[in-house]
Amino acid sequence: MNFNHFKKNLKKDFSAFQKVRVAVLGDSATQLLVTALRGYGYEQKIDFQLFEADYDQVERQIFDTNSEMYHFEPEYVLICQTTEHLSKKFYYTTHSERAVFWQNHLQTLGEMCQTISQKNKKTKIFYLNFYELNDGIFGNFANKVNYSFLYQVRKINTGLMELGQELRNLFIIDLASLLTQYGHKNSFDSKFYINADMVWGLEFLPMLAKRISDTVQSISGKIKKALILDLDNTVWGGIVGDDGWEGIQIGNLGMGKAFTNLQIWAKELKKRGIILCVCSKNDEKIAKEAFEKNPDMVLKLEDIAVFVANWDNKADNIRQIQEILNIGMDSLVFLDDNPFERNMVRENLPEVCVPELPEDPAEYVSFLQELNLFETASVSDNDEIRTKQYQEESVRLSEKKHFANEEEFLANLQMEAKIQPISKFNVPRVAQLTQRSNQFNLRTVRYTEQDIEQIAKSENFASFTVSLKDKFGEYGLISMVILEKKQGFIFIDTWIMSCRVLKRGVEALLLNEMVKFAQNDGLQTIIGEYLPTAKNGLVKDHYQNLGFSSKDKIWELDCGTYQLQKHFIKHG
Amino acid sequence: MDKILEDIKTIFREVLDNENLSIKPETTSDDIEEWDSLAHIQLVVAIEKHFKLKFKTEEIMAWENVGAMCEAIHLYLN
Repeated sequence: MNFNHFKKNLKKDFSAFQKVRVAVLGDSATQLLVTALRGYGYEQKIDFQLFEADYDQVERQIFDTNSEMYHFEPEYVLICQTTEHLSKKFYYTTHSERAVFWQNHLQTLGEMCQTISQKNKKTKIFYLNFYELNDGIFGNFANKVNYSFLYQVRKINTGLMELGQELRNLFIIDLASLLTQYGHKNSFDSKFYINADMVWGLEFLPMLAKRISDTVQSISGKIKKALILDLDNTVWGGIVGDDGWEGIQIGNLGMGKAFTNLQIWAKELKKRGIILCVCSKNDEKIAKEAFEKNPDMVLKLEDIAVFVANWDNKADNIRQIQEILNIGMDSLVFLDDNPFERNMVRENLPEVCVPELPEDPAEYVSFLQELNLFETASVSDNDEIRTKQYQEESVRLSEKKHFANEEEFLANLQMEAKIQPISKFNVPRVAQLTQRSNQFNLRTVRYTEQDIEQIAKSENFASFTVSLKDKFGEYGLISMVILEKKQGFIFIDTWIMSCRVLKRGVEALLLNEMVKFAQNDGLQTIIGEYLPTAKNGLVKDHYQNLGFSSKDKIWELDCGTYQLQKHFIKHG
Repeated sequence: MDKILEDIKTIFREVLDNENLSIKPETTSDDIEEWDSLAHIQLVVAIEKHFKLKFKTEEIMAWENVGAMCEAIHLYLN
C-alpha cells in the first residue's frame, strides 16, 4: 500500500468502471485523502467521482441545503472530523459543558444526518470515528474524570455505534481501530499537521482509503461470501496423512495454538454467515478423520458446507465448490500456506481472493484480521444457518438422482411456502437480498434497510416475500418482488431469488400471486424489465419463459389471458 | 553534494511522475508546474525516507530552491 503508487493510477483510464459519487467534507486538509481514495478505487475498478468541499466547511455544506455539495448530488457523504480539531473545540468549552460535550457533538451529527436525508433519502453518510487521544492533562486518571477529553472522545465513539444502529443511512468508518492496529505514531506527522493541517501521513492514507472503499463495495453488494481452507499447515500444523489425526498440531500447546486461533476465527465467520469449505490435497477419509476424532479441533465437519479432499488440482476443485455454492468466483477467499498452490489458483481463477499468508502460522490470524476481507453492510438472522442449508442442498442433489423426472422429484420434496409482504421482521433480510443477489436479479437495484422500510410504508408499492421449506429443511426467505403501482399497470421494480431454489417453481408461484394481486386492484397489465449486468445472464429469458411478450425493451403480461402456472408448492 | 543532487533528481521525477524534469540547484517551485504545496509534502516524505533523516518543521518551508534542500540534507548526513 503505497501512496505514490495509487497517485499514479490517477492518470489511468477509469472509463469502464462503475461510477460512485462521493462528497468529502473535512475539518482539516483532505486533498491527499481524496487522491488516495481515487487512486485506490482504480485497483478496485471503481471510478470515484469526488467532490471536495473547501477547507473546514462541514456544517455549512450540510445545513445550507442549497450548497455546492447538494448540487453535486452525492451517493455518499464522507465526513472527516478529526480528534485534532475536536480537542480544540473541547478546550474552548466551559467546565459545565464538558461532561455533556459528547451528547452535544452527537446531537449535531444527528441533525446533519437528518438534513442530508431530507434532501435525499438515498444518500449514505460515512463518518470517521475518533482517535482516542489521551492529552496528558489527567494521565490515566482521565478514565475516572467525566470532563476529561479522553472520557468525552470515548463517549463519542461508543455513542457513534448507537447512532449508527438508529440511523440506517449512517455508516461508521472505524478509524479508531485502524489506528489501534497501525499506531498513531505511524500515521501522524507533526510537521505536516502544523504546516498543512494534514492529520494523516502519506503511508496511512491508502489504508484509510481502503476502509472507505471496502464499505462502498459492501453496500453495492461486492462482498466475500465463502472462505475455502486448505488443511495441512493451514488449519492444523503438520501433515495428517503422515502424522495421523492424533499427531497434528492443534490445541493449547506449542504451535498448535496458532492453528487453534485460526480455527476459532473461521468459526466466528461461519456464525456470522460466511460459508466455510475445505479444499485440500489429501485422502478424504483421512482428512475427515481429523475433524471427527481429534478432540482439539474447533472446526467440526458440520461447520464445513463443502468438503473437497482429493489429489486433483486446486483450481478445478475450487471451480467445483463454486458450482455447488452457486455464488460468484469473486466472492470466494482461498487460504493456503503453500505459495505454489496460491499462485496456481491466482493464475487460473484471478477473481478468487488469495491472501499472501505469512510464513509463520503464528501471524496468520492478525494478518487476516488486518486485511478486512469480510466487510458487510448488513447482517440477518438467516446468516447463521446458511451452512446447514448448503449441506441440505447436497443431500437434495443426491436425492434428485433417484427420480425419473423433474415433476416427480418436485412433488416428493413436499415444499411449503409462506408468502408475506415486507414487514419489520424481514426488513434486514430483504435489504440483504437486494445487496447480495447478483444472478437471479432482474434489475439489480440495491436497497438499504432504510429504503426497504420506506417501500414497505409507501402506498405506491406492494411486495411479496417467499419463505420456503421442504422435507429436508428450511430455506428461509429466498425470494421477493417489489411491485410499483403505476397508472393502469403494475411495474416489477425488483424480482430477486436466491439461486439455492432455482427450478423449484417459486417463480411460477410468485407470478400467480402477482396476477391475482393485479386483478384485485383492477389492473390488467404487468410490466417487467430486464437490466443486464455482468452477472445476471441467468435471467435473460426470465420474462419470455413466463409468457410475457416483448415490447420496446420491456416485457408485458396481459392478466386477462393469463393461465395460472403449474407448480408443486403448497402455500397458505 | 553531487550524489545528493542526483538522488534528489530521481526522487522528484518519481514523486512528480515526470521523467523529463530538469532539476538544478537553482530550480524553485515556480519552475516546475507539478511542485505545489501538496507535492512538496510528498517530496519531503520521500526524501526523509530515502536519506533516513527527519527535517524540522521550520526547515521544510524555508528552502528557496533545490540547492538549499541539498545543503540541508548534506548537513544532516555529516
